[in-house]
Amino acid sequence: MSLLRLTRRPFFWIIALVIAVFVLAPWLGNDVQLRESLLLAALYITLASNLNLMLGYAGYINFGSIVFFGLGGYICVWLVNSYSWPLFASLVVAGICVSALALIFGLGILRLRGAFFALSTIGIVEAVQAFVENFTPWGGSSGIYLPGSIFLPLGGAARALWVLYFTMVAVMGLSLYLSYFIKSSKFGLGLLAIGQNEDAAAILGVPTPIYKALVYSASAFLPAIAGGIYFFKSAFIQPADAFDLSLSTEALVVAMLGGQGTVTGVALGAYLYEELRGYLLTSETFANFQLVIAGALLLLIVLFFPGGLMGFIYSRFPRTQKVLE
Amino acid sequence: MLGILASIIDGVLVGLVYGLAAMGLTLIWGVMDVINLTHGTMIVAGMFALYFLANAAGVPPYFALPPVLIGGFFVGVLLYWVAVHRMVGRPPLMSLLSTFSVNLMLVGVGTAIWGTALFNVEVSVPGISMGRYTFPGAHILAAVLAAVIAGSLYLFLHHTRLGKAVRAVANNREAAELVGIPTTRVLALTVGCGVALAGVSGMLIGTLFPFTLLSGDGYQLKGFVVTVLGGFGNPVGALMGGVALGLLEGAITPFIPVSWTLVIEFVLFVLVLIAFPGGVFARRGTM
Repeated sequence: MSLLRLTRRPFFWIIALVIAVFVLAPWLGNDVQLRESLLLAALYITLASNLNLMLGYAGYINFGSIVFFGLGGYICVWLVNSYSWPLFASLVVAGICVSALALIFGLGILRLRGAFFALSTIGIVEAVQAFVENFTPWGGSSGIYLPGSIFLPLGGAARALWVLYFTMVAVMGLSLYLSYFIKSSKFGLGLLAIGQNEDAAAILGVPTPIYKALVYSASAFLPAIAGGIYFFKSAFIQPADAFDLSLSTEALVVAMLGGQGTVTGVALGAYLYEELRGYLLTSETFANFQLVIAGALLLLIVLFFPGGLMGFIYSRFPRTQKVLE
Repeated sequence: MLGILASIIDGVLVGLVYGLAAMGLTLIWGVMDVINLTHGTMIVAGMFALYFLANAAGVPPYFALPPVLIGGFFVGVLLYWVAVHRMVGRPPLMSLLSTFSVNLMLVGVGTAIWGTALFNVEVSVPGISMGRYTFPGAHILAAVLAAVIAGSLYLFLHHTRLGKAVRAVANNREAAELVGIPTTRVLALTVGCGVALAGVSGMLIGTLFPFTLLSGDGYQLKGFVVTVLGGFGNPVGALMGGVALGLLEGAITPFIPVSWTLVIEFVLFVLVLIAFPGGVFARRGTM
């Protein structure tokens, strides 16, 4: 389906509406606190919907999606810091580099099927983290600090934070459109076939190794840019933060909570999880138990509601399937 | 010459313990096609059990083995009913997610209580000297115990009625059910044994090296490598895979910084999977 024909479908405009709300809600009231909370929500939506390309469409678990985020952050911060590149050029280059790396890795490890692939994604995190900790141009285990003057080209710190927020929202919007576009394309149909039965898909002529490597690479691009924005914003990056497994875990929880394989569900799940997390983090007792709660939530979903929120909505209101993807 | 021999022997000793650490993982994997991602944490649970029994209760370190074995078995049966039972026969993706989420909870509670401090258990066993080299007694004892446990598991699987039932369920669950094997109970028993093995191996590793709450991840990754080297559900293959890994580690450590060991093992994991999808030391249909 061509891009133009997609614009005639209502779902295209639902995504546009979501983006508009993200842009206008904090901006009109100049509400900084709302902006920070929506920034995290946009980050979760970006990570979860790109993870969903692998998880929900092709049926492959990627425990290491954080690698894209962390590497993207490193490449961007390094280009800005050592070569004084402008932010946006660094973001795009970071996205392209990580995507290309993912394609190369993907052609190697995606020959492994099912569970073996999932296990090797755990290994990739360890491998990349070990590489970065030993790589001196990136500061080894102490990381890279950006000077405060880094925000000047964006018009000072206060304005830069708004620019970064809007960039993150743009990345979120692109992620949603990418998910939607892939789902309605022939490529997406091939991926869904792989997710249901890889042997049958291969026999029916889906070039499974290439498709898997391509979707792995595609799911790397936007998270890498999100990583660049995130670490540019905090002006500091170190291996422990960049490859923090809890973030990719949360992305998994979010994708399962909303409903794997759906575009709306993942966005909804990300927003709900972010709200829940914000609530839990403010109460002292729960701050330490964030991962415990994420784990309990994931277990309940996997055991009792494998369809997630959208599975529930679809079964209650079957007509929504015609509009929501 | 003696130096090379000594490092080979040490590689074999540590490798036998790695093999034991992988055995529980490969047993569950082979029998029900479930990859137990709590395995690393169960190994750490064994280490902590050793620490508390030896340091707080004053039990001699090696006497911690029976309680860890029995406790691990019950924890495993509980794990089966909580996270695995509903996943058997569903896509492997789901059991990966369910054991992963249990692991998150365990690690979360553990770090909230104990943090990630380094723990150590003092073990004094006289070593054996060979020329200039002394092999630590703890290494030798751990390796011997690992071999004995692997041997008993092999005998259990191949020469007892219950063990044969486990292998039958691994082979074909429906056919096993048809000939009257209570498959659910056999699966629960298998997870119990798998976790008990993880606990015991953790206990033995705890007598060799200091550990933190998060040490399990590394041993779990080694467990995956050993599993793909040794084939699924094959205790003897796991021991051989462990020895191969121990020798490899011994051979590369003089040349490469320690932090790269995991990377190399991971690359090995992928290469072996691509080259020998059934395991290097595995004969088809061993389970």
